[in-house]
Amino acid sequence: MTQLSTPLSRVRGWGSAKEGTHYFIAQRLSAIALIPLALWFVVSIVFFINKGDHANLIAWLQSPWNAELLVLFIVFLFWHTYIGLQEIFQDYVHHEVLKAISLISLKFFVIILTVASLWAILRIALGG
Amino acid sequence: MTTNVKRPLSPHLQIYRPQLTSVMSILHRATGAFLSLGTIVLAYWLIAAANGVETYQQAQSLLGSWFGLLLLFGWTFALFYHLSNGIRHLFWDAGLGVDIKTSYTAGKLVWMMAFVLTGLAWFLAFSIKGVG
Repeated sequence: MTQLSTPLSRVRGWGSAKEGTHYFIAQRLSAIALIPLALWFVVSIVFFINKGDHANLIAWLQSPWNAELLVLFIVFLFWHTYIGLQEIFQDYVHHEVLKAISLISLKFFVIILTVASLWAILRIALGG
Repeated sequence: MTTNVKRPLSPHLQIYRPQLTSVMSILHRATGAFLSLGTIVLAYWLIAAANGVETYQQAQSLLGSWFGLLLLFGWTFALFYHLSNGIRHLFWDAGLGVDIKTSYTAGKLVWMMAFVLTGLAWFLAFSIKGVG
């Protein structure tokens, strides 16, 4: 059996991680979901949110459909953003330590941003 | 006998002339990265709205300033480009339209959609709001 990897790469043990396909699938799944959701979001901004004040936005968000769609939009959008940025960091950050730090920071940052956004939506949607 | 000339393993960016397909490919990534910044503003805007009238008005006037509008305009175009080109990519994933002629036609269509939808969104936004 011929070994195709170089001796150096065998010593380093950096082979395939045997995983990663799920990111490819999740990127496409979230992309498909975001086609209608992103269009809905832009239409909502243009037709309902843009012209009104704070009370108008609250009323818009307190209708159940809008709250649910906005939660879905945030979840898929931030998931898609996470996968895309992770791909960019993996491609362009070559220093192994910096790569690990940037990938871990990205994960925490996206989670914090997602929870903060969802928390804000729930506060408005469920608040009096 | 060895040569010390460091030849590239394969032709890369410095060899190829930019083409519609390669430029659109890197722009897909660039618009995606730029849109990622928008998620921070989206989160800030939602938190400002949840905090009350005052913070919401603060956020709205920030977004309504010339710099805010410029960013929003950029994000609108980036969104419609990334969305349209994303659909082009999904077709490729399904094995459709991968030949050179179709990928160029679809590429030009993506540019058209991005410009038309951005223009339409901003035209409607301004005419509905009633501010020039």
